[in-house]
Amino acid sequence: MARATRKTPSKPGGGKAASGKAPAKRTARKTAAKRGPAAGEAVIPLPDRDTTFSLYRQMLLIRRFEEKAGQMYGMGLIGGFCHLYIGQEAVVVGLQSVKEPQDPVITSYRDHGHMLACGIDPKAVMAELTGRAGGLSKGKGGSMHMFSREKGFYGGHGIVGAQVPLGTGLAFAQKYQQTNGVSLTYFGDGSANQGQVYESFNMAELWRLPVLYVIENNQYAMGTAVRRASAQAELFRRGESFNVPGKPVDGMDVLAVREAGREALDFIRGGNGPMILEMKTYRYRGHSMSDPAKYRSKEEVNRMRAEHDPIDQLKKRMLAEGMADEAALKEVDREVKAVVSEAAEYAQNCPEPDPSELYTDVLIDA
Amino acid sequence: MTSMNMIQALNSAMDCLLDRDPNVVIMGEDVGYFGGVFRATAGLQQKYGRQRVFDTPIAEGGIVATAIGMGVNGLRPIAEIQFSDYIYPAIDQIVSEAARLRYRSGGEYYAPITIRSPCGGGIFGGQTHSQSPEGIFTHVSGLTTVMPSNPYDAKGLLIAAVESNDPVLFFEPKRIYNGPFDGDPNKPAEDWSRHEGGDVPEEYYSLPLRQAAIVREGADLTVITYGTMVHVSRAAVERSGFDAEIIDLRTLVPLDIETITKSVHKTGRCVVVHEATRTGGFGAEILSQIQEDCFWDLEAPIERVTGWDTPYPHAFEWEYFPGQERVLTAIEKVMGA
Ligand SMILES: Cc1ncc(C[n+]2csc(CCOP(=O)(O)OP(=O)(O)O)c2C)c(N)n1
Ligand SMILES: [Mg+2]
Repeated sequence: MARATRKTPSKPGGGKAASGKAPAKRTARKTAAKRGPAAGEAVIPLPDRDTTFSLYRQMLLIRRFEEKAGQMYGMGLIGGFCHLYIGQEAVVVGLQSVKEPQDPVITSYRDHGHMLACGIDPKAVMAELTGRAGGLSKGKGGSMHMFSREKGFYGGHGIVGAQVPLGTGLAFAQKYQQTNGVSLTYFGDGSANQGQVYESFNMAELWRLPVLYVIENNQYAMGTAVRRASAQAELFRRGESFNVPGKPVDGMDVLAVREAGREALDFIRGGNGPMILEMKTYRYRGHSMSDPAKYRSKEEVNRMRAEHDPIDQLKKRMLAEGMADEAALKEVDREVKAVVSEAAEYAQNCPEPDPSELYTDVLIDA
Repeated sequence: MTSMNMIQALNSAMDCLLDRDPNVVIMGEDVGYFGGVFRATAGLQQKYGRQRVFDTPIAEGGIVATAIGMGVNGLRPIAEIQFSDYIYPAIDQIVSEAARLRYRSGGEYYAPITIRSPCGGGIFGGQTHSQSPEGIFTHVSGLTTVMPSNPYDAKGLLIAAVESNDPVLFFEPKRIYNGPFDGDPNKPAEDWSRHEGGDVPEEYYSLPLRQAAIVREGADLTVITYGTMVHVSRAAVERSGFDAEIIDLRTLVPLDIETITKSVHKTGRCVVVHEATRTGGFGAEILSQIQEDCFWDLEAPIERVTGWDTPYPHAFEWEYFPGQERVLTAIEKVMGA
């Protein structure tokens, strides 16, 4: 378990003064205002071989899973609304790799990646997309609404912003039950404009709740670029008036995500209250499968893919630093493809739920 | 007359309104630059400028609340809530402010706002893109609740809604945006061009709120419905062989009870059909009013066809959606067949 250290110099909000919290937070704000890594800052070293391979494998699993889901949607095998996570893989994989097992996770409707990263069986996720009995929600929830108590995954929420106060409540429960857990509460740049987010920030700071607010800033909320909807587009600063410290992170770099995540989680676990990480990321696909994404240029998307792809970046480092050769990475690719094919097959062959299921789980069974 | 689908008719209505009245403004998520997720406001920002047709942050409470403030000061905002499933963050402002302002200020202030919102299922949208929440709002005094069933009505009623000095909830059954839907998902999609409701004048016109339409005259029984279910009911009636009178309510509250009672008085039998869930649904109110006014005319118990009392499911779209079979069964039951 990560120890609750309080004085790592680079840590936002670190060096918490005996005189109280406010000064520490002010320092945090200054640190936070500096965007991105400073020039000449040392590159973050690759973790050990197993960890690095695991990061690579998980990002690739999400990528391939989502590609398959997109394909199956196109073939009419998946109905409803389906939001792919392609491009954003480093965020959830990086954070998941530094969290503790008891830390609950909650997110929006763009949730497949979070579930896979939580270790949920890809078969059960895919079967939910196809609305089958073997789906995580017995086929009743669909792409946006899945849950796993076993893996500490609290959904899967279709209403923009709704998961933020819910995640705050999860944090309250962690504190109350003394689990030493931190609630990882993910939401988008667009969601950051919902009023309930600010009610949450206030309560979380007021009650010193162990919650990490992860803003996945993928630059767009459907067709709206951040700047067109946000008076303060530096979303990591959105907690300032509540004294919730925040920090921008290169969300396309899984190592940067891990580092920022570890610091933030240590800070929060140390009893310092909530923190915001703004993950600068990008979604490659349309908002959902029905979005042709005409509000941005092909060049913009291609540039992000070519220059910032989270999987390519890690792959390059692994090769350059001799941690892996092409053959080893191909092997990972093969493994991942097999897992995804198996999930797709299961999701198509799994029986439909019994129609009587339509009426169950509305209220507790009498 | 031009052939328009419902989206084009709504767009045309807003175009007419923006053109005639400088106080009309349109606001909502992605309505400006992008023209709306269903394209209902396409081209309007280009034509009327960003002052009048503008994007809002994702903040439904804020959208409705600022619209009320604007309305109280003489503007006529049309606020789009992207899907009616997302109206709940705004419910406090709708209920406690918009609906109540006129009453509690003794008529001094009021909120002439229109909230447009696509509703209803049949699109594989699961629980957050398929709901029919109209019954929540019909329960609130001080609101007008409208739901059109074809492009012609949609345009005329939207214009009337925006010109009304009361707050109006304008629910648009999105399943019939592009064409009428009779409840049979296996039939090839139809468009509005072959339907009389698809003939829409390009110029300004308005239709009276509070007035139901008799979409089919008949003598055997009365089918009371609105929105998408008008088309489902029509198909079920044709299959039944009975000579049913079909009433499309168009405005739910204030309810055109005269048209209903006149019909039930004539037929003595009645089926009420809506997509929304059953318990406490608007159908219950219709049933009540019919028994209050027409009890002695009735020759059979009234039947209700509705969605089930469950959240809208992902997997069971056509088990959930009240299709022709369920309407047909109800018709046969009230006819004693
Ligand atoms: C309350 C509410 N309003 C509107 C919507 C429709 N909607 C779904 S996703 C979305 C954009 C959200 O963008 P962002 O928070 O940036 O998340 P991203 O989709 O980029 O992951 C909108 C407007 C919704 N689901 N809920
Ligand atoms: Mg976004």
